[in-house]
Amino acid sequence: MAEKPRIIVVGGGLAGLMTVIKIAEAGHPVDLFSVVPVKRSHSVCAQGGINGAVNTKGEGDTPWEHFDDSIYGGDFLADQPPVQKMCEAAPGIIYMFDRMGVMFNRTPEGLLDFRRFGGTKHHRTAFAGATTGQQLLYALDEQVRRYEVAGLVTKYEGWEFVGYVPDEAGECRGAICQHMASGRLQSFRSDAVVLATGGPGLIFGRSTNSTINTGSAASAAYQQGAWYANGEFIQVHPTAIPGEDKLRLMSESIRGEGGRVWVPSDGNEGRPPVGHPWYFLEAMYPAYGNLVPRDIATRAIFKVCRELGLGIDGKDKVYLDVTHIPAKVLNAKLEGVMEIYEKFVGQDPRKVPMQIFPAVHYSMGGLWVDYPRDDGKPHYWQMTNVPGLFAVGECEYAYHGANRLGANSLLSTVFAGMMAGPDALKFVKGRRTPASEITGSAFETEVARHEAFNRRLLSLDGPENPFQLHAELGDLMTGAMTVVRYNDKLAAALASIATLRERFWNITLTDKGAWMNQPLLFSRQLHNMLILAEAMTLGALRRDESRGAHYKPDFPERNDERFLKTTLARFTPEGPELSYADVDTSLIPPRARKYDVDKKGDAAKPAGALATS
Amino acid sequence: MNARTVHVRVRRQDGPDLPSRWEEFDVPYRQGMNVITCLQDIQKNPRTRDGRTVAPVVWECSCLEEVCGSCTMVINGRPRQSCSALVDQLEQPIRLEPMSKFPLVRDLVVDRSRMFGALKTVKAWVTLDGTHNLGPGPRFSPEKQQVYYQLQRCMTCGCCLEVCPQVTKENDFIGAAAISQVRIVNAHPSGAMHAADRLDALMGEGGIQDCGNAQNCVEACPKEINLVESIADMNRQVTRRLFGKMFGG
Repeated sequence: MAEKPRIIVVGGGLAGLMTVIKIAEAGHPVDLFSVVPVKRSHSVCAQGGINGAVNTKGEGDTPWEHFDDSIYGGDFLADQPPVQKMCEAAPGIIYMFDRMGVMFNRTPEGLLDFRRFGGTKHHRTAFAGATTGQQLLYALDEQVRRYEVAGLVTKYEGWEFVGYVPDEAGECRGAICQHMASGRLQSFRSDAVVLATGGPGLIFGRSTNSTINTGSAASAAYQQGAWYANGEFIQVHPTAIPGEDKLRLMSESIRGEGGRVWVPSDGNEGRPPVGHPWYFLEAMYPAYGNLVPRDIATRAIFKVCRELGLGIDGKDKVYLDVTHIPAKVLNAKLEGVMEIYEKFVGQDPRKVPMQIFPAVHYSMGGLWVDYPRDDGKPHYWQMTNVPGLFAVGECEYAYHGANRLGANSLLSTVFAGMMAGPDALKFVKGRRTPASEITGSAFETEVARHEAFNRRLLSLDGPENPFQLHAELGDLMTGAMTVVRYNDKLAAALASIATLRERFWNITLTDKGAWMNQPLLFSRQLHNMLILAEAMTLGALRRDESRGAHYKPDFPERNDERFLKTTLARFTPEGPELSYADVDTSLIPPRARKYDVDKKGDAAKPAGALATS
Repeated sequence: MNARTVHVRVRRQDGPDLPSRWEEFDVPYRQGMNVITCLQDIQKNPRTRDGRTVAPVVWECSCLEEVCGSCTMVINGRPRQSCSALVDQLEQPIRLEPMSKFPLVRDLVVDRSRMFGALKTVKAWVTLDGTHNLGPGPRFSPEKQQVYYQLQRCMTCGCCLEVCPQVTKENDFIGAAAISQVRIVNAHPSGAMHAADRLDALMGEGGIQDCGNAQNCVEACPKEINLVESIADMNRQVTRRLFGKMFGG
């Protein structure tokens, strides 16, 4: 009897676990690899909530409105059909979590409560305190454990993906993973590999990301031939607490519940009298106020601090104020973040306004993935350009265009997993030759290649320290590749990355041992970060326009004629090769994006959607 | 030059079954730094106080905001997360040790898989028919949500097991965290439908009867979960279940 096709999922955050559940639910076995016990994945850091137009507040919200907000918020760079499907699926996804037992906040009637978030006028965000990501992850973790006990899921925790195995045609036939404790490299045959490996925040040194978010797995796939799309689009979240080790997120939900951003006024140019609070987001963007999308709020804070010099004490800080909200409300709806501020800053935000500043938060870009299209050719949801290699969650590019709306990330991870699971199954069942029958030396060759790489790292004995080089990369990327971008600085950053790549081969691993060698693991990640950083930065340099999170003062306008395009980076040993693909804007025609006035989204709304509002 | 430093002592061990040793480090002081920052500094410059270059200290961390549980270790004698352990609030030298109730991997890294195993034992999940859309879940009151949300913030960090006199490396007592998880699932309207299965599991080997009522767990929980209340609640449920079984209920 032929063996059942095998599917590997790499990464146990929301996207990975949802993929696993979909496959196991269909009665199919699945192998789950993760660098950490999956319950500790970065999804736990998502705070504010998950979007879905359930419309329980009598506001006439619809999935179409959610779709329009998301496309408009993303400055029209996302391919529209998958985003529409995601918004339509959103209420059902929230209900699924409700049935799994997630302790969502509730109305006095016992129904799910919803709150406001940025870039919308509707109460559309379901939430569990201010630790929604953690609560959703735990729900999926429980269901995966159920399938583990049932024998359908095999977990490999403490294993790191280092590359896929290509067959002679370049298709994916398995994964090479490294056991982090023993350092052993091993090949795993499979008929599909789904990467759910998260974002690349660590490339920026300190960010709101977890330390495991290196982007290393996505970079490894990119180096083997997977396309990396829209890498230049990096979201800088407006509100975080600066820290030595990490910039800790202060959720957008704080503003969703009524939090206000201000600095003491200087009394100039029609601003309030000297020393009085200047609620600058409310003044600059009367239609959306404190709930403008993140790119807009972040640029406003930069303007206030860097151009007007009005930051608190002249520094890079502004107030995020909830002292007017009753403590009881704060405790019921925002306790998780109140607690983080209290523990790490040592002040009670219920009594003293918080001091915050923007921080790198999320990558809209990632591995290019497909979706079903009406062109008579086979297309699979979430499959990269490499047949058999899929990607879901923050490591792929599909759902957020040039700027992600708050509380759409949890939604997109889960939706992508829901699509990838069934389509990976469909793909593996349709494969002519199963991986188990692949002959030749592909698996041995790949293991040997990665072993040689490790040996080379261990043999280095130059003066550089990999952790020090990483700190330099972080400073460099934070300086050139975040809120305000200039071509000369981007070009200089590319040159500096090239230098760092040379210096990389002058490191010495401070640990030469075979057991739990963290410098060895980290150096491979750093190598992959440097290569991905190059692709991101070149994408930013070439995109001479301003769109969503990508802002160039020298090119302040959006340029649809030249750049309403997806950037596609292909790896070559000489550097990234960029090309540009058309964006599917077939459902909502692009229009100017402004948040000082109400967005006008009704023009393209189909009759069916109008009927519900 | 301002030479203010932080003095850190780390209990190190190169692998399971190897002898442990103390090593001491000085790291430059910065305002607001935590134990993670100290360990990161040691990575960048792994040199001991007495000038020896050593392998950097091995430890686990991820979220750095006390929601993932990874970076738990024993700091100045108390199990806690190293991210939220601020240097300004710690007596020096700061002593870092691995948790003692779990198999050691290397330095400050231990293997906590027994905790995830316990969650399997007690079947801590709602038995979902499927992930297809069946509409909303059962209604319940905001008051109930507030209580059970608090319990569900458990991040499986292991502090409650580390301080429990009943948990040893050799036995398989499931500990307070898993018992509290049963309380949550049994209270959920859908989870309650299979409450009896979980209670039977709780009465098995290494189950709730092994609790010695020392009440250390509730003091150690970084999320201030009332674990003693959870254990008492589950004891009541287990007792009712036992009586029910005895008298054919």
